[in-house]
Amino acid sequence: MTDAKPIISIRNVTKNFGRVTAVDNVSIDVMPGEFFALLGPSGCGKTTLLRMLAGFETTSGGEIEIDGQAMLGVPPNKRPVNMVFQSYAVFPHMTVFDNVAYGLKVTGVPKAEITGQVEEALSLVHLEDYGRRKPDQLSGGQRQRVALARALVKKPKVLLLDEPLSALDAKLREAMRLELVRLQHSVGITFVIVTHDQDEALSMADRAAVMDRGVVRQIAPPGELYEHPNSLFVADFIGKVNMLEAKVAGQSGGDLVVEVEGMGRIAVPHEGAAAGNISIAVRPEKTLLSADKPGEGVLALKGKISDVAYYGNESHILLDTETGVQFTSTVQNDARRTESSVAIGDDLWISWAPGNTLVLAE
Amino acid sequence: MEDWRKNKLAFAIFMGPATFWLLVFFTIPVVVIWIYSFGERGPMGQTYLSFSFDNYLRAIEPIHLKILWKSIWIGGLSTFLCLVVGFPVALGIAFAPDRWKNPLLLVVVLPFFTNMLIRTFAWIVVLGSRGVVNNGLGWMHGQLDWLFTLVGQPDLMGRFVPLGLLYNNYTVIIGLVYVHLPFLILPLYATLEKLDRSYLEASLDLGAGQWRTFFSVLAPLAMPGIVTGCLLVFILSMGNFLVPDRLGGTDSLMIGNLIAQEFNKARDWPFGAALSFAVMYPVFIFFVINALRARFKERARGRA
Ligand SMILES: Nc1ncnc2c1ncn2[C@@H]1O[C@H](COP(=O)(O)OP(=O)(O)OP(=O)(O)O)[C@@H](O)[C@H]1O
Ligand SMILES: [Mg+2]
Repeated sequence: MTDAKPIISIRNVTKNFGRVTAVDNVSIDVMPGEFFALLGPSGCGKTTLLRMLAGFETTSGGEIEIDGQAMLGVPPNKRPVNMVFQSYAVFPHMTVFDNVAYGLKVTGVPKAEITGQVEEALSLVHLEDYGRRKPDQLSGGQRQRVALARALVKKPKVLLLDEPLSALDAKLREAMRLELVRLQHSVGITFVIVTHDQDEALSMADRAAVMDRGVVRQIAPPGELYEHPNSLFVADFIGKVNMLEAKVAGQSGGDLVVEVEGMGRIAVPHEGAAAGNISIAVRPEKTLLSADKPGEGVLALKGKISDVAYYGNESHILLDTETGVQFTSTVQNDARRTESSVAIGDDLWISWAPGNTLVLAE
Repeated sequence: MEDWRKNKLAFAIFMGPATFWLLVFFTIPVVVIWIYSFGERGPMGQTYLSFSFDNYLRAIEPIHLKILWKSIWIGGLSTFLCLVVGFPVALGIAFAPDRWKNPLLLVVVLPFFTNMLIRTFAWIVVLGSRGVVNNGLGWMHGQLDWLFTLVGQPDLMGRFVPLGLLYNNYTVIIGLVYVHLPFLILPLYATLEKLDRSYLEASLDLGAGQWRTFFSVLAPLAMPGIVTGCLLVFILSMGNFLVPDRLGGTDSLMIGNLIAQEFNKARDWPFGAALSFAVMYPVFIFFVINALRARFKERARGRA
């Protein structure tokens, strides 16, 4: 994949709205056929970046190339991309068929070909029997699929999707995630999807860019974002972390030796250098709870249970540790465990393997 | 809403004033005029209730039909021109930055702060033989004359003859467009303002140009505002009597003038009433058809 030419190349792109910098010096390469996610909290500039790709916003600086072509000054109707809008924007005054046919009609595709292509696109999204309906006779999920078919029928180089699942209910959202991935595989088009939902990005994307206040913090496949976040922001945004402040004391072999209040000097595996004040963290599901002090070779803290949050398949147990930092441990509510095994006020040890420690230099 | 309907008292309290207002100031006068339209003018201009169709037969005499027809085309043309002029204005305001919208809307309704009669007279000042336009043209004529005299052609321009811009059908149309423009801009603006911009962006995104987007997406979605605005302007233009009276020529008589004449000078109220209703029946029929069509559509949708 690395030697292929990127289908989208974003180089140092910046966007200012007056004094607000919505997108700040962003560089991203998206490869052909990739399912790429732009992920970040509300207001971080995801939509703005996507709209610059579609041509609805001009760039304040930097360059965008799509399919090897510079996009500066190219209007939206001349770009080899199509967009699925957050509101879907399915034309209410046209039937489903006419909606899908619209993009073909306006570019002068012969009538004889339109019908076939529209029917093909509709069957791709399982709406073959809905061509004659008006949008107000469709459910939200069906409208979304019309928007998808309408964009896909244009056979764009890149499909841009702005929070395509946010208007759907939880069950349907989950089904549509799989559906979108299936669709992307079957049409082989590059997808760039905007979402603020980390589960969505992790479950669908081949790679994701995590954005924070206009800046890209990390670009990586989902597994790497989760297992090797490069910053506290990414670690905290992608899943939950228990975080401790630490001070680098030295290096020993492949380990970094850090000083943590309440734990003393500990060694954690870490590649690369780090110095000064840093953070170390551990994911809640990578911790263990025990009544007795754990043996050697693990990192442990003593604490008191302050709350137990029940989530059905798992419970989140909150622990006030002796260092004064609150920790969360996730335990599976499986057959081996009964809910009554822990109670608020219990004194417990929380422990984890040094290898599961995330070293967050930023 | 549902609860209101159940609670009859609350419903009556809320709906009462509006119903009363409509009844006293609209329904009753209209019914009275309607009854008059079947009456007969007495020798002194009184109205006898004789229940004959004579007035209507008179109303559809060719001379009156001709005036009605003229009113329709002048009204129609004014409406069309209002749409052509007003659509870009409404669009401009709807798409202007938020802080500009209210000042711009104020500019649109500003003329309403002046009496319509005075606004109509203003056109006489503008278009009259000694009006602003003619004076401007005269001044330019004088300058050219001076120039040509300088280059040795003193008689080339001749004497300036003011253009007869007033007192014809075109002036009436200009006046009607001017007076009624806000009635088109405001409802159209209200519709365009609510319109979700992503429809337009979607159209562009799918490869349509600006014009295609305008005619295939923007105009159809703005249709409720277009229809409301055009209906308002058409009805008001067709019934207007002040503008043709002040700005029109001898052949600019419109149905409104005729009705006003019958009620005022001729003191023939029954005939005036019949003329009014001759205009109102088509409008009624139009609304009934429209309502039936809407209901039919609704039902078709329910079945689908
Ligand atoms: N047209 C605009 N004018 C001024 N500021 C804007 C405009 N569009 C976006 N912004 C600002 O730019 C920043 C990024 O906005 P953007 O819509 O890209 O965020 P987002 O990441 O898509 O957020 P969300 O998840 O809430 O949709 C925000 O601070 C927003 O207020
Ligand atoms: Mg957004």
